[in-house]
Amino acid sequence: MTHLSKAGFLAIELDSAGWDGAGFGPGSDAGFSSLAEAVLAAESAGFHVATFADSPAPGRANALQRAAFAGPVTRNIALVPEVDTVYTEPFHISTQLASLDYVSGGRAGWIATAAGTPEAAAAVGRTLVEGGALAQEAAASIEVGRRLWDSWEDDAVIRDVATGRYLDVDKLHYADFETPADFPGPGYSVKGPSIIPRPLQGQVPVLAAASLVGDGQVPRDAVDAVLVSAPTPELLPDEIRDVRTRLGGSAAIVAELDVVLDSRGQAAGSRAGAESGRARFAGSAAGLTNYLELLLAEADGVRLHPASLAVELDELSRLVLPELRRRGALRAPLQDGTFREVLGLERPESRYARPSTHAAADAVGARSAGNQGRP
Amino acid sequence: MTKHNRAKFQPSGKIQFGVFFQGVNSGTIWKAPESGSQTDFESFRRVVQTAERGLFAAFFLGEGLRLREHLGRPHALDVAGRPDAQTMLAALASVTKNIGLVATQNTTYNDPADLAHRLSSLDLISGGRAAWNVVTTDNAWTGANFRRGGYLDHADRYKHAEAFVETAKRIWDSWETPAGPARRVIHSGQHYTVDVTPRLPRSAQYRPVLFQAGDSPEGRDFAARQADVIFSAHPKFDDAVEFRADIVKRSLAAGRAANDVKIMPASEFILAATDVEAREKKEWVRSLQIGPQQAIAYLEQFWGRELSEYDPDGPLPDIDPVVEETSETRGSGFHGAKARQLADQWRAEAKDKGLSIRQFVTSRTARVDATFTGSYSAVADHLAEYARVGAVDGFNISPWLIPTGLDDIVNHLVPELQERGVYPTKYAGSTLRGNLDLPSIAE
Repeated sequence: MTHLSKAGFLAIELDSAGWDGAGFGPGSDAGFSSLAEAVLAAESAGFHVATFADSPAPGRANALQRAAFAGPVTRNIALVPEVDTVYTEPFHISTQLASLDYVSGGRAGWIATAAGTPEAAAAVGRTLVEGGALAQEAAASIEVGRRLWDSWEDDAVIRDVATGRYLDVDKLHYADFETPADFPGPGYSVKGPSIIPRPLQGQVPVLAAASLVGDGQVPRDAVDAVLVSAPTPELLPDEIRDVRTRLGGSAAIVAELDVVLDSRGQAAGSRAGAESGRARFAGSAAGLTNYLELLLAEADGVRLHPASLAVELDELSRLVLPELRRRGALRAPLQDGTFREVLGLERPESRYARPSTHAAADAVGARSAGNQGRP
Repeated sequence: MTKHNRAKFQPSGKIQFGVFFQGVNSGTIWKAPESGSQTDFESFRRVVQTAERGLFAAFFLGEGLRLREHLGRPHALDVAGRPDAQTMLAALASVTKNIGLVATQNTTYNDPADLAHRLSSLDLISGGRAAWNVVTTDNAWTGANFRRGGYLDHADRYKHAEAFVETAKRIWDSWETPAGPARRVIHSGQHYTVDVTPRLPRSAQYRPVLFQAGDSPEGRDFAARQADVIFSAHPKFDDAVEFRADIVKRSLAAGRAANDVKIMPASEFILAATDVEAREKKEWVRSLQIGPQQAIAYLEQFWGRELSEYDPDGPLPDIDPVVEETSETRGSGFHGAKARQLADQWRAEAKDKGLSIRQFVTSRTARVDATFTGSYSAVADHLAEYARVGAVDGFNISPWLIPTGLDDIVNHLVPELQERGVYPTKYAGSTLRGNLDLPSIAE
């Protein structure tokens, strides 16, 4: 990937309530109209990315739809939902994420998750997928998504009145995906091409937990960023360095941090909720600013999980983000930028694109060519 | 509310409009200078906000899960490539307040628990404005895009769809109070196994409104049992009256009231200040919908071979089709037609009427029966007749131009209809169920 400037970016998780249940109430109409308020507050605070958990908790609407709803009401902030890869149809996911890119003007991303619970399997009547098989399911879904996004070259819609052609069929390609021979579950194939033109960003950036990425898992070059967790704030910098060494710098590193701040005369400790398994910072805004400065020197970005969205967002926007920018640790938000630009990624050519003089020979219709499109 | 006989159909005296942003096929003109983007969000925003300004009940998106093909390659000549319905509608929910948001979604290539959850999400995000247009597919050609493949027999598709819809309804019914908790929903049938504790409460309209478009006797019965609105193929007046009577009969047989199922046929409007101008406009619209290449391509689908050597302004090809049966891969609507027999029939018909290839194809493909052409006032008079007898509850309009295709309807036709007292002058409420005057759902 392109080397990022030293200053990093910040993401914030906008689950409709923080993990202590305060903030924006689930389910009610007020809760959902607050989604627009919350994402606008995050954007005006200077966050570069909003993420949307696909939580199994009661009252949580579909993450991708919440991100889509936020698209037209915002301009700069990237909108990145979690979407499961195990119990979903990869063709649908690919279309939905490309659509999110259109409704957000190129600000879509995808946190590819792998649902491992018996409840998720039972809901759709599938056999439970566990252990190492989860990463292989994720790898297959990501590969399907990426091929389908490339299956329309950028200039496939030609609107050529003289020849009566809306599409240049030579610029549409079958994805012809097949699961590998060692795929653990029932194998499958996806034909393509996509039913929507190429996303505005070309490829929607894909994020995944670092624990899903590596040899025999999701390939390093299949993800654009990894989410890195550690049990405590003290251990997080070492974990970031370990992951960077292991993955060889091909993906951006985003550190995961729970945040609970002293606020309105209440000490952070009194509001600390249940354990999430992530590092948790509890303390003052000034202390968090110092810690984030340190983290942003190691990671490309940090994702904050506020204890209570309403409470922490207020403190973060007044006291933490302005100071980080003043110190040069945090980039200014990109005006009208894409998520790829936040991550420092170029807009890629379609894997199927060829120099135009040779395009016809290998395009759709020459059926055997479908799988060998990678330049 | 006045008590009335549930078994007797009562015309509401009103019609409503919906808009179908098609995104595929030949109905949308892409060759005119004013033809806009089919994918930019601004096109969708422009259409939905114009519709809402015109008090339209619903904004409707279709779905096709495999790109249309022609002679083994994607079809090049028509508009194609559209956003996912629910994702787009979730975005449009943030820039609209009252209009219903209808997503066409397939029962064959979705799981009931997942689709019900997503539709529920859209319903909550939009404040009770979501609807699901229920469609089924059974071909392996579309199945090639999905993990589950083409697993369904044609004969089973309504049984399958009905089990799906009933499971979805149970999921939407599962929260006993607005705060929960939810009842676990378990279904184990021939087609699905579902075991889920639903995550979302009821919306302001209880659950998404259901649209359905099946027209076979089986499809009509399915709609009479399950649907709230039929997206019908019967817009012509006499046909619409007959269809209404049939649906009332089937609704009563299914134990529902005569007015429970609303009917909104697909339609197209070509309007101008005068009838003469409107007829001229229609010529222009048709010439851009079905160009010379599209006319030839249409016949190629049935002939199964290239016909580019034939003159679109000349007679139909004198050679025979190379296949006996047309194939589903060539697009919708041609399943199982006997190609040679059809070719003979068409040649005779075209010769009889003195039609060129292009004229013949236009007469077959343009929405001949579904097009209302005329001056604003003449069309308004005609539509008032539908309202008076209750032939339909409204029309689902496919604009032939994106994004400006609703402008003259909203600016000129709607006021004419309002003057005649047959069109709403404000939204009845903020939910789709309320705006369509659908019965509320019993707790």
